[in-house]
Amino acid sequence: MTPLRVSIIASVAAVVMLGVIFELIRRRHLRERYALIWVITGVVLLTLALWREGLNTLAGWVGVKTYPPSIIFAALLFFMLILVLHFSIVLSRLSDQNVTLAQKLALLETRLREREQADKGADG
Amino acid sequence: MKLRRRATPAVERRAPAAAPLPRRLVIVPAFNEQGSVGGVIEEIRRADPKLEVVVVDDGSGDRTAEVARAHGAHVVSLPFNLGIGAAVQTGFLYALANGFDLAVQVDADGQHDPSELPKLFAPLEAGEADLVIGSRFAGESDFRSSFVRRLGIRLFALTVSAIARRRLTDTTSGFRAVSRRGIVLFAADYPHDYPEVEATVMVVKHRLRVREVPVRMRERAAGHSSITALRAVYYIFKVLLALFVELFRPRKTPLEDA
Repeated sequence: MTPLRVSIIASVAAVVMLGVIFELIRRRHLRERYALIWVITGVVLLTLALWREGLNTLAGWVGVKTYPPSIIFAALLFFMLILVLHFSIVLSRLSDQNVTLAQKLALLETRLREREQADKGADG
Repeated sequence: MKLRRRATPAVERRAPAAAPLPRRLVIVPAFNEQGSVGGVIEEIRRADPKLEVVVVDDGSGDRTAEVARAHGAHVVSLPFNLGIGAAVQTGFLYALANGFDLAVQVDADGQHDPSELPKLFAPLEAGEADLVIGSRFAGESDFRSSFVRRLGIRLFALTVSAIARRRLTDTTSGFRAVSRRGIVLFAADYPHDYPEVEATVMVVKHRLRVREVPVRMRERAAGHSSITALRAVYYIFKVLLALFVELFRPRKTPLEDA
């Protein structure tokens, strides 16, 4: 059985995490789009912490006999991996967009400069 | 992709040549090459005065852009360093936007000899190829390099040859020219770092025709190779991974003539 203290501390931690996420969204520091994974992570952790028999059953399925709360760590690790992967994807997309922006800007600048020079030549 | 030639692009002022002549652009990617870029532009002019030159200044901290402009080249200055792939792609975007028919890449460090340019253009102008690679190994060459670099170059050449089902000797060469179709392809999609090998495979995958011509390359006039030992490892890893993944992408349909 999961020690009661572990359940309490884990629940509090999960609630605090969800609270922080909520506050970040409220202040527009975190976009809903990127908050989704965080919210899922928080909810799963909270569920695992509160639902004590469930944690035991789950641990039984996975084959963890000695210490059921280790499932919480496993779940946490799993979600962290997904999050980090998600960040890599977002980063890749952002840097692609950044490249396209820089190219377009530079090409427009060149076009503008050459047009201006052509105009100047036509005037003079 | 919509491609409309502007009636009178500003760049056409310098080349009011007869219509049937293909308009040819030399793309010179340059990152902190103020020492050599001017000479390279002059050499290109001497090789063929009708060639237009665009120098893509890849966020240089020195006077590369000013020098290039003073030598009469078009200059596209990227706001910060994007790396060789994106810089070269900028050149293709320029070629596309300004209605060029052929484009060739010449490095700003002076290792590509502009007097070899006619060899690269010939198969394109004859309509026999869409990508012409100037190869250091396909014949007349005394290219010297470290063992590891030659090994990497061989490895890539073998891999790409297997994918293309034909012998290619120098897939890492940056001295290469493309047809209008190649310009369209590369303007839309070009690999970001160490792009040459992947770009070659892209061309093959789009069922465009690749041709190698033997060229002589020189020691660079200034600067040094960007390829250090650690980067070489990343280079090989990145290219092999990209090639492996590419095998699992669907075959592309041939591009429409633009």
